[in-house]
Amino acid sequence: MTDLTMRIWRGDAGGGDFVEYGLDKVEGEVVLDVIHRIQATDAPDLACRWNCKAGKCGSCSAEINGRPRLMCMTRVDQLPEGPITVTPMKTFPIIRDLVTDVSFNFAMAERVPALLPPPMPADGYRMFQQDVERGQEFRKCIECFLCQDVCHVIRDHEGNKTNYAGPRFFIRYAELEMHPLDTNDRRDLVREEMGLGYCNITKCCTEVCPEHIKITDNAIIPLKERVVDAHYDPVAWLGRKIRRRAKRSAGDAAVQPAP
Amino acid sequence: MTTPAYEHHEYDVLIIGAGGAGLRAAIEAKQRGLTVAVVTKSLLGKAHTVMAEGGMAAAMGNVQPEDNWMVHFRDTMRGGKMLNNYRMAELHAKEAPERVYELEQWGALFDRTPDGKILQRDFGGHRYARLAHVGDRTGLELIRTLQQKVVSMGTDVYMECKVLRLMRDADGRTAGCVAYWRPTGEFVTFAAKSVILATGGVGKSWKFTSNSWESTGDGHALALWAGAQLIDMECIQFHPTGMVWPLSVRGLLTTEGVRGDGGVLRNSEGQRFMFNYVAPMFRAETAESEEEADKWYDDHTAGRRPPELLPRDEVARAINTEVKAGRGTPHGGVYLDIASRRSAEFIRRRLPSMYHQFMELAGVDITREPMEIGPTCHYIMGGVKVDAETAATRVPGLFAAGEVAAGLHGANRLGGNSLSDLIVFGKRAGAGAADYVESGAVASGFDHAEAQSAVDAALAPLSRAEGENPYDIQRDLQDMMQINVGIIRNAGELDTALAALEVLTERVQRIAVTGGRAYNPGWNLATDLPSMITVSRCTALGARDRHESRGGHTREDFPTADAEFGTFNFAHSATQGTWDGEIVTERSPLLVIPDELKALLEEAH
Repeated sequence: MTDLTMRIWRGDAGGGDFVEYGLDKVEGEVVLDVIHRIQATDAPDLACRWNCKAGKCGSCSAEINGRPRLMCMTRVDQLPEGPITVTPMKTFPIIRDLVTDVSFNFAMAERVPALLPPPMPADGYRMFQQDVERGQEFRKCIECFLCQDVCHVIRDHEGNKTNYAGPRFFIRYAELEMHPLDTNDRRDLVREEMGLGYCNITKCCTEVCPEHIKITDNAIIPLKERVVDAHYDPVAWLGRKIRRRAKRSAGDAAVQPAP
Repeated sequence: MTTPAYEHHEYDVLIIGAGGAGLRAAIEAKQRGLTVAVVTKSLLGKAHTVMAEGGMAAAMGNVQPEDNWMVHFRDTMRGGKMLNNYRMAELHAKEAPERVYELEQWGALFDRTPDGKILQRDFGGHRYARLAHVGDRTGLELIRTLQQKVVSMGTDVYMECKVLRLMRDADGRTAGCVAYWRPTGEFVTFAAKSVILATGGVGKSWKFTSNSWESTGDGHALALWAGAQLIDMECIQFHPTGMVWPLSVRGLLTTEGVRGDGGVLRNSEGQRFMFNYVAPMFRAETAESEEEADKWYDDHTAGRRPPELLPRDEVARAINTEVKAGRGTPHGGVYLDIASRRSAEFIRRRLPSMYHQFMELAGVDITREPMEIGPTCHYIMGGVKVDAETAATRVPGLFAAGEVAAGLHGANRLGGNSLSDLIVFGKRAGAGAADYVESGAVASGFDHAEAQSAVDAALAPLSRAEGENPYDIQRDLQDMMQINVGIIRNAGELDTALAALEVLTERVQRIAVTGGRAYNPGWNLATDLPSMITVSRCTALGARDRHESRGGHTREDFPTADAEFGTFNFAHSATQGTWDGEIVTERSPLLVIPDELKALLEEAH
């Protein structure tokens, strides 16, 4: 007699289907616990990624009852009664069962121009809490890629993957642009090669973020404003042309004195 | 010379493990202009380093200017109950500040002091506020910073690749390794002039653990099989505050930052019991009353430190004693209370991920009610014996850094000294390996025929029609280690453990795996179990032979420290170089501490 039914998608790049597993409910369990119980008994080869089991590493992303979530942070007793459906993230190619090929994200990471700070003073940089807090919000990101999974620009249009960084990397670009020490300028890149304009701020990414990062409001919209200011405001455009030479070289940039 | 049978790569420096130590080593070796690759069992950025919460210890003196490397050195040695490699403790204390500042050049955003410096927080065993941190997610900040730096340098990173065995040339020099891709199950060989092990810990061999599936002691085992020595394997840290309920999250970590920020421990009678457990060594610097302890939080000169901030081994043993005496919570822990001591706003700002973890997984609002916590297997102080300056093992060309290496922490690690360990000795290992490669005295070749034997061993479980389920063996190993090689040990249980490990060894030899090789967790586990068994044997052997209690090794039949045992480490070697072969244990004398450093330890503070 079992009181929990799991419908888990199983297969590989060649295709697959749902397999049902019946288990007993255990108090306090999360979906990942149930997957582990199935691995230890009925299906030792059931593939899933996981590491920390504490919502900190972002490995166990999947779609639970159709919604992108971390399996380790989804309690079974908080899902509606009835079978629980678990499928792999749709936006990425299947490797096996619940494991997808997320290399798109690592390729995008390689294209991010690094932080370019001025030389460090002997006793370290001075930065102020209110100035680092904006970036700190984005650095909470655990790279679960659920925001990438839910984003329709790449979820529904495979071809966009070559020229669209996606929400995870828009918060990375925003973080660097807002970094108190950075002297690099990524606005042209974000507009021309990273597809910021494709985002039409439906906020799906913000809704699924397990770290509750306000991706759209605090990163994408301010980033869009910066790009727009740079390209369509003639005064800002001219100012930027003049400033740009100074920003290009870390060696030329002065260390900001502490107020 | 034989020809490659599988996909084959060649590098100057091959780093196994992509946590803080591995990535820091990669940066160093890459900056030397060498060819460098990082191999990791998981995806990049998922290593166990992300679980570190409280911070990284570095005597920068930003909050308390009286802090300096000498006090940090003293705290580390005293916390380690003097079993440490003093030279590692010295280098670590001296170099940690520079390594932390360096992270800011690569994009790290630490919390700040009012005058814009890196903020530092109090932690157990550290005399001054010393931990650079970002809320309670410092490990994530460290790994992301290093990951982004490594990627920006164009380093080759091989993900979801499990290393099976290290290779050596005829002269015993490190020559590379044999591995397989988890997504496909295909094998791959790496010829490398030097190898740096940065594989982390062994905690997955216990039932209640804060460690992930990856912590199977791979690097410990690879080193041992290749001829290196393991020391201090009996010294396991049980973190005092793991979650105890619900059962499915039992062992999950609750940061020590809760106590650093004002949280206190109480038993079921409401008593703040840690005042009853202050060992003589720490009495001079620990508060005697709640009034005195509470004054300290607001003004560190107004009172001495609260006993909740004693080193982790002391606190874990105290909790264990309270629970055994019948003063535990309904789920077998004690209470960790910050709700009655700090405002909800303060708690949510300082401890955001603890707030979410308890709210989402246990339904407990830590701003309104106390947490139930108890000890959980967290860290191994023991590991590969290395040279302090270069992180070199006794095998030419083989280096180790981070949790897989031993010496810095002695018998017990202070909280916050792990993240700083990663960056100090990660860099040193990268430099050590680079120097070795540049010296030119490297391996003469890679024996592809020998690599085949590692492949054959890995494939054996797939060829058996029936046999043991790897998950059953893992569960039995975890239950057995939890009971017999847990926080409090005795001779009878340790003998039981050694006998049980022999049985488990035979069972591993009979594993049968269903399914194919592509992303098959059952098969992956079957290839992890030899490492888990090997390191568990070393832990049980060291625990059986150390007839005293010291740091992360407590014997109920030898309840006090014995000065004689404080003069050496137990060192293990695998004489046959195989996972199921003989392990020989010998006494390896501690380095003699120079007089000027000894004076720092004896100084009354």
